Amino acid sequence: MYSTIMVPVDLGHLDRLDKALTSAADLAKHYGAAVTLVGVTAAAPGAVAHNPAEYAGKLRGFADAFAAKHGVAVAAAAYTSHDPTRDLDKTLLAAAQEQGADLIVMASHVPGLPEHVFASHGGGVAAHAPVSVFVVR
Amino acid sequence: MTTQDNLTPDGSANPIETDYTIGQDNIQPRIGPFGLDIHNPVFVISGGLIILFVVLTLALPDQAASFFPALRDSLTGSFDWFFLLSGNIFVLVSLAIMVSPLGKVRLGGVDAKPDYSYAGWFAMLFAAGMGIGLMFFGVSEPISHFSSAIADGAGGPESWAPLAGAPGDAVEAERLGMAATIFHWGLHPWAIYAVVGLSLALFAYNKGLPLSVRSIFYPIFGERVWGWTGHVIDTLAVFATLFGLATSLGIGAEQANAGLEALFGLPVNDASKVLLILGITGLALISVIAGLDAGVKRLSEINIVLAALLLLFVIVFGGAVQILTGFFTNLVAYAQYLPALSNPFGREDANFSQGWTAFYWAWWISWSPFVGMFIARVSRGRTVREFVFCVLLIPSLVSVLWMTAFGGAAIDLVNQGYQAIVDAPLELKLFSMLETMPLAALTSFVGIVLVIVFFVTSSDSGSLVIDTITAGGKVDAPVSQRVFWASFEGLVAIALLLGGGLGALQAAAVSTGLPFAIVLLLGCVALVKGLMSEPRK
Repeated sequence: MYSTIMVPVDLGHLDRLDKALTSAADLAKHYGAAVTLVGVTAAAPGAVAHNPAEYAGKLRGFADAFAAKHGVAVAAAAYTSHDPTRDLDKTLLAAAQEQGADLIVMASHVPGLPEHVFASHGGGVAAHAPVSVFVVR
Repeated sequence: MTTQDNLTPDGSANPIETDYTIGQDNIQPRIGPFGLDIHNPVFVISGGLIILFVVLTLALPDQAASFFPALRDSLTGSFDWFFLLSGNIFVLVSLAIMVSPLGKVRLGGVDAKPDYSYAGWFAMLFAAGMGIGLMFFGVSEPISHFSSAIADGAGGPESWAPLAGAPGDAVEAERLGMAATIFHWGLHPWAIYAVVGLSLALFAYNKGLPLSVRSIFYPIFGERVWGWTGHVIDTLAVFATLFGLATSLGIGAEQANAGLEALFGLPVNDASKVLLILGITGLALISVIAGLDAGVKRLSEINIVLAALLLLFVIVFGGAVQILTGFFTNLVAYAQYLPALSNPFGREDANFSQGWTAFYWAWWISWSPFVGMFIARVSRGRTVREFVFCVLLIPSLVSVLWMTAFGGAAIDLVNQGYQAIVDAPLELKLFSMLETMPLAALTSFVGIVLVIVFFVTSSDSGSLVIDTITAGGKVDAPVSQRVFWASFEGLVAIALLLGGGLGALQAAAVSTGLPFAIVLLLGCVALVKGLMSEPRK
């Protein structure tokens, strides 16, 4: 049913990702699919890494650990965005296409008042992606 | 948005080793439904001080109205030599870095790719750096210098003429007036921006420190920049940026209001100005919410295209041949008068060198944290040589062309006996010149639109900068924070406009120029030190 499952990860908030990552791993095993972890960073130094190259390295390391833990094939792709606060959804949608993902598994928070004005990232991606999106709350 | 070679490192750089983690001093409070991610204490202190300042200025308008202008005059009067000397140092340091082997250093590491095309990059840095001033002063400043230089008492102690003036000599007075204007809008301001922008970009992209003003001072203060030394520097930067922007919003509202009155009969009063500020702030909000690429960049590009069209129009109808030859004449006049105009010591034209030049230098310096930081944000992947060339030399040449077209055409009109430009108040001089050309209604309207759009581009990029500084250098703070700063700017501008405190505010913003000039001189040392430790390819 699915061959490439993309999971957007925020290396700064890994604690909120457990459920989504486990779901993705289970689905990957079930369908024999590969998992691609996608991370988005700004070019400027941030809390996770000082530059895009360091960020990509950390994402790779996380992907390897994830692969070892769940026994699935895991790829990692790091993207750089000029303004991650606003361009995250757009960057993720482009990444899904570039990585050939046919399912996106994405963590999101429970929607509240602000979501009436700005969609959450999970909601935003689900609204615009041409492939299936599994928003994990 | 994305890079193809995602996993390729950007080549060697020489980062600074520090245990500081970006965001470690941040707090994440929730206000109602909005989550924040802000630096403690920079966000709290700068926000609190700004509110306090506004309240005090409104509560004690008379004291504020006399204290701040007096402070400004005494600073520019006593420290004029210091401002002029610092300005010269910034120009020399930038040029020396450009031609030296340090120019080969690439921001972001030896293999970094530029984030933006030349066109988008230039549009953003130019629109943020100068924009509105060119609309306000493009006609009025050359006319002021020309009129005072040609006047009978020029060169005397009462005169505001640059240098010794040129009493009765229209040709020389025009050369001197244009040289003095270009001096204020040419190499010196852009060198100030270049030094700040380059330092910020270097310490963020190559050294791995947070994108915040304090990072520049790491080579000097070491780990202390993460403590109160750094808090003070960052808070000063926020202060200068917000007040600089709020003042400009107020001045811009006045010029747009005056223009709209001349064109459509919109009454000049507080209600109109408040509406204009609300409108400008609303557009800035849309732009910051849309983000750097979809909002700020696109608006800057529209802005530059409109400005270029207006410039082209003035060149065509103001006498193309005259303006194009004037470009070279003025360039020569600028070069010829530059040593005398930039001389910090023993000046006999105190009114001009203190009231104009030192004031301008303080003004540019107080804007430099904002413009420098914004330029840094969009300059990753450029070499230092490219950076200085495009931030210092090209904008200076554009300023020469702009001033030649607008100022030169206006001076020609005055020489032909068109007195209306001289008599018009400052904010109407531009429209008064456009009236003599065809399609005046259309071009005046474009002029007003430009004034407004230039303000929106300053306001939105300024909000992004303040947001980043008050988030401890994080560029991915929640969107509600930039909404807060953009709205706050508008509110401060309105409060001070209604309280009559805009003059006080401008004086206060300029007063931050003196401490910052010292900060920037230290920054030059840190910049050269930092560049020397980078690999060059």
